[in-house]
Amino acid sequence: MVGQGYSGVPGWVRALAVVAAVVVLLPLLAMVLRVDWTRFIPLVTSDSSLTALGLSLRTSAASTLLCIVLGVPLALVLARDSFRLQGLLRSLVLLPLVLPPVVGGIALLYTFGRQGLLGRAFDMLGLQIAFSTTAVVLAQTFVALPFLVVSLEGAVRTSGSRYEAVAATLGARPGTVFRRVTLPLVLPGLASGAVLSFARSLGEFGATLTFAGSLQGVTRTLPLEIYLQRETDPDAAVALSLVLVAVAVAVVALAYRRPAARSGAGKRPTTPVPAGGNSK
Amino acid sequence: MSRQAVRPAGPTVRAAVLPLAVLLLAVLSGCAPAGGPAAGTTSAAGAGSGAPTGTITVFAAASLKATFTEMARTFEAGNPGTTVTLSFAGSSDLAGQINQGAPADVFASADTANMKKLQDAGLVDGTPRNFATNTLAIAVPPGNPAGIAALKDLARPGVKLVVCAKQVPCGAAAAKVAGTAGITLAPVSEENAVTDVLGKVASGEADAGLVYGTDVRAAGAKVAGIEFPESQGAVNTYPIAGMASGRNTAAAQAFIALVTGAEGQKVLAGAGFGPGGQ
Repeated sequence: MVGQGYSGVPGWVRALAVVAAVVVLLPLLAMVLRVDWTRFIPLVTSDSSLTALGLSLRTSAASTLLCIVLGVPLALVLARDSFRLQGLLRSLVLLPLVLPPVVGGIALLYTFGRQGLLGRAFDMLGLQIAFSTTAVVLAQTFVALPFLVVSLEGAVRTSGSRYEAVAATLGARPGTVFRRVTLPLVLPGLASGAVLSFARSLGEFGATLTFAGSLQGVTRTLPLEIYLQRETDPDAAVALSLVLVAVAVAVVALAYRRPAARSGAGKRPTTPVPAGGNSK
Repeated sequence: MSRQAVRPAGPTVRAAVLPLAVLLLAVLSGCAPAGGPAAGTTSAAGAGSGAPTGTITVFAAASLKATFTEMARTFEAGNPGTTVTLSFAGSSDLAGQINQGAPADVFASADTANMKKLQDAGLVDGTPRNFATNTLAIAVPPGNPAGIAALKDLARPGVKLVVCAKQVPCGAAAAKVAGTAGITLAPVSEENAVTDVLGKVASGEADAGLVYGTDVRAAGAKVAGIEFPESQGAVNTYPIAGMASGRNTAAAQAFIALVTGAEGQKVLAGAGFGPGGQ
């Protein structure tokens, strides 16, 4: 976004960048080429497809909300507080990013399952989580939370704490500072984190299959429906995959358009802001 | 406010790049074993001489894991100089891979439908032979907490039943058995594979599951099995055949002979499979 300046990218770097783009885009293109367009509309509007899409959108929205409610405090604590083992906590919280989702599913099963750590207590309260839509939301929240925490923690760190300090000296209490200063400052970071969490929730497969099971209208989200359709009707799987790709493209576009649109609308700062002032 | 505008791009990009890198790594590491076997080792060996030599790659249904692993070792011991590389997965996955050019010498399917797919595509060498059969059984967690004794108990309210989805063979068999018996099943989950059903029963999440009798036996003490007479209404047949694209026909046919012969049949019967009738 700087406009002019040094841009001496070596030719071989450019060549590798093209290869990288091809690695990402070619498989998607190959899939689009396999779509059976004559059957596309009936395939994606079938009862099972629409049920799965609706369930995916509802559960992803719920888990994104849960990610915001839980992730904002966690990101703030990680960015602003300092306590023993903070670095360790940060690393551990990011674990779901690198864990295979099926491992997450097994972990959740032994936490919230009938025989799990908390499952028996829930059972006594009459709450059964396994095989329910709640289980889907929990699985999605587990894998998506780190996206929000990473995005927001970075935003909080780069925004610094000068404005908050000023607000505090003017007599604002911590609660007011959080609401009136911190939150508005990091709102773009929070928004892109939320969008990424939503996207991750939408794509969640392994943890859901392991932990929540697969039943139409209850736990069978769009990725699970695609996996099942593939067994008998690969054309249906391809068509539904394209729907998921379209939703993902829309979500990513939304996430990256925001900052650009904002900087275009507002006044552009005269000096570019250094990207990484924090040591991470 | 305007100063903040450009900043979030940094963390956002980082957040997006990390999972992508992880994804790429996972994909790369996942690919490695798939293309590897039999790539350079399958020579023309075994084509002319009588005794089979060289490497063969056998694609077999997941339910054959224990028996085929044992038979592969027997085959290697009986034919010095041979190596059997095994690949186990769901039959439709394997058929799909072979259709896309995966290097298989032998394919053993858990149903006739997937073998037929390959026959129709002209990928099968000769005629498939039915080497085993399998019927459904009820799997319950150890101790049978829901007190399941017969097929009709699965339809009892409050029983958490897990079955395969009707798109996969074990689910189709479950639907057929229930239909014949006039029972309406209301499962809490319809899984993609027998292993997923077994996992949910073994962990105690489900009260009962419908799987193959051999799966119950293979799971050992993790689940208990209940046989039921209605299972005879849906008998699953396992065919085996050499693949037209196979590069070691002699060894492939020798391996099929072992599976369909007395020695192989004994191993299969020991694991709970019924005779195939060939």
